[in-house]
Amino acid sequence: MAGKSSKKMAIIATKGTLDWAYPPFILGSTAAALGFEVKIFFTFYGLQLLKKDLNLKISPLGNPGMPMPMGMDKWFPVLGTAIPGMEAMMTMMMKSKMKAKGVASIEELRSLSLEADVKMIACQMTVDLFDFKQSDLIDGVEYAGASMFLGFAGDTDICLFM
Amino acid sequence: MADQELDARGLNCPLPILRAKKALNGLTSGQTLKIIATDPGSVKDFQAFAKQTGNQLMESNEAGGEYTFVLKKA
Repeated sequence: MAGKSSKKMAIIATKGTLDWAYPPFILGSTAAALGFEVKIFFTFYGLQLLKKDLNLKISPLGNPGMPMPMGMDKWFPVLGTAIPGMEAMMTMMMKSKMKAKGVASIEELRSLSLEADVKMIACQMTVDLFDFKQSDLIDGVEYAGASMFLGFAGDTDICLFM
Repeated sequence: MADQELDARGLNCPLPILRAKKALNGLTSGQTLKIIATDPGSVKDFQAFAKQTGNQLMESNEAGGEYTFVLKKA
């Protein structure tokens, strides 16, 4: 878009949690705004990021680096984070904090990425593995495999695994 | 003064850049876009954006926690 001989970026997105949904869409949309040609290859749990109905969650379980509000980490050490309902509560708190701080939602970043012509590729093998249907995923997604990704990635300036 | 103004106050990275890019798409070469933001990270981000896209950063000011940028479309 920006004229110039455009740079290229390839990303492999493998995680399906709310926190890990941000890096591929933030970098993808921003790179596109800078004039990069961008392709994101979604595989394994990363496929969740392409679902029409996003229901991404964040879990404090097994994540000692996650800052807990109100000193909750003192009250809920390790095993406490496995209490039923904890995941839903942390997800709700994180989402409201993001909104308060003016952080975009994943839905918004994803549609901005698509609008900016970021190409999204779903790994056909994992789509089959998880019995996903193409109708579960948003429109405009391409379905392909490792060779297709490598064909593009071999030519890129930036290539990231997330 | 600027041909168009964009209020990016309260928005966090990368939204000010993405909104600015969108606004620039609607301008013609030589026109200017003024952006007002509150994200301190936007200072370096707009410098980098200008450098990489060729749109010139004419102004970059801070006053009272608000950052003002003027971009001239390439």
